[in-house]
Amino acid sequence: MRPQRTVSPATLWALGLWLALFFAPFVAGRFAVYLLGVILVTGLLAMSLNLLVGHGGAYQFHHAAFYGVGAYTAALCITKGGLPAWAGLAAGPLAAALAGLLIGSLCIRLNKLYFGMIQISLGSLLWILALRWYSLTNGDDGIHGIPLPEAIAGPGGAFACILAAVGLCLLAMHRILASPFGTTLRAIRDNPQRCAAVGIDVRRHQLAAIVIATFFAGVAGSLFVVLEGSVFPDMLFWVYSLEIFIMCLLGGWFTFFGPMLGAAIIVLLRTLVGGMTEYWTLVLGVVLIGLIFFLPEGIMGIGHRLRLYRRRAAGASSPRENGHAAG
Amino acid sequence: MLRVEGLCKAFADFQAVNGASLTVRPGDLVAVIGPNGAGKTTLFNLITGHLQADRGSIRFKGEEIGRLPAHEICRRGIARSFQIANIFPRLSVFENVQVAVLSAKGLSRNLFRPTRRLVLRETESILERVGLQNRRVDLAGSLSHGDKRILEIAIALGNEPELLILDEPTAGMSPEETAATLELIRRLARDQGLTLLFCEHDMEVVFNVATSIMVMQHGMTLVQGPPEEVRANPVVQEAYLGRE
Ligand SMILES: Nc1ncnc2c1ncn2[C@@H]1O[C@H](COP(=O)(O)OP(=O)(O)OP(=O)(O)O)[C@@H](O)[C@H]1O
Ligand SMILES: [Mg+2]
Repeated sequence: MRPQRTVSPATLWALGLWLALFFAPFVAGRFAVYLLGVILVTGLLAMSLNLLVGHGGAYQFHHAAFYGVGAYTAALCITKGGLPAWAGLAAGPLAAALAGLLIGSLCIRLNKLYFGMIQISLGSLLWILALRWYSLTNGDDGIHGIPLPEAIAGPGGAFACILAAVGLCLLAMHRILASPFGTTLRAIRDNPQRCAAVGIDVRRHQLAAIVIATFFAGVAGSLFVVLEGSVFPDMLFWVYSLEIFIMCLLGGWFTFFGPMLGAAIIVLLRTLVGGMTEYWTLVLGVVLIGLIFFLPEGIMGIGHRLRLYRRRAAGASSPRENGHAAG
Repeated sequence: MLRVEGLCKAFADFQAVNGASLTVRPGDLVAVIGPNGAGKTTLFNLITGHLQADRGSIRFKGEEIGRLPAHEICRRGIARSFQIANIFPRLSVFENVQVAVLSAKGLSRNLFRPTRRLVLRETESILERVGLQNRRVDLAGSLSHGDKRILEIAIALGNEPELLILDEPTAGMSPEETAATLELIRRLARDQGLTLLFCEHDMEVVFNVATSIMVMQHGMTLVQGPPEEVRANPVVQEAYLGRE
């Protein structure tokens, strides 16, 4: 007699899919496996953004900056810092979370829109650094041939590493969203003033959410290094942040797996458009406009609406809507 | 328990609260009355830290709380409802109250335990007390206006306050809902020994419930005293009650 949320079918499906995916390198071609890796890494990035924006209601406008910080930290620690690869890869998320803490503390006192604007400026500053500080970052060439341990250097090993890490991160994020911290975060999204009135320190809570989300963005950054063995300044470009935003929008804010689905679609679309990269922004624009007009709640949003509709049609006299919280 | 003295707050040039004073003793049911725009809501916002006063003092249990942020004041034992239903529309009714209970128990920042297993009994008992137990899985945003106002009170109860502040708890309610809410407030005050500070336009509610009444006009306190005394006060009769 309480809002029970037992293991949902979606969670079971996801778990099954996750396990099945470990066999992908044995049955699928090299390129397909690589593409799966890209989807997983990008999806993790999008889901970390959704944690803040969809569940936390924050204006995180430049999430890619933290992805880049994670990736560059890992790359630089390994190539210039002489750290063992594992340590470098672990340093990525930590550096991203630290950047999140610094930029977050600077911006958190501002109102939402200024928060977003300052974030874009500071993030762009990092992009310029990656682009212009040749001696450290190699500029727009990026850093290539990052040496990795043998276990994860090959395509099969890299994929297994990515799949395992993304699975763990998703599990962690799911638990965080289902914890009091996550419930309170959604309450802040709905009504920050009311939250303050029930004794919640809204800013501290949001700052903690930023640190958590940027940490996971940093994990995605490190996994990018595992996947590609290289990093590029474009990872921090603000247009890429827009792209992540669109992935969340496409899959559906407020849903847990939506952004992963959105990432899959965008990644596949980009692969299809392939050679005509100069038209990519145009394609993105069309997708965005289509979304706003036809799918304001994203693809997972349709499923939710259908369920509601069916339940109503099934003759519920009072319209009962169930929370579309995590899961 | 609560003592407000010489409180002032101006919005630009407009003096919304201008020398308000108020005393609430433990167990009191204090009503603040006054015409629209008298500054009642602003006074409550000052007490609960949603606004900062320009001048004056607010002491709660002997401690000056005038400079504290809203969440700190709540943690010291003052909870409130708002004049305009102020809930979490995309959370379930149950979660709306649960958020407050979690906060009161210092669990809001817990990352590792599932919310769905925490503070269930406390939350359930509050929902039963206010009569919302059958709506627990509904989204709060889908409730009727009257139920949203009740949920407001339930959220405030979740904080286990020593002092509960209600800003026009029956505003916009039907006569039946008003009667039920009145009964609820009385019962809460009686059963839990709550100390209550509220404002209300319905004079029947006020004189039925309050043990002490504070009359406000143009941001100023005209008088505070027991209901009979306030009813008999010539200044009050002329300024406010006369027009009823
Ligand atoms: N944020 C604000 N900025 C400017 N003026 C304000 C603000 N809040 C309130 N006021 C003004 O202050 C005066 C007092 O408002 P307040 O809401 O405190 O009155 P009230 O006694 O609660 O009235 P009501 O009975 O209508 O709720 C009003 O004239 C209102 O216009
Ligand atoms: Mg008011």
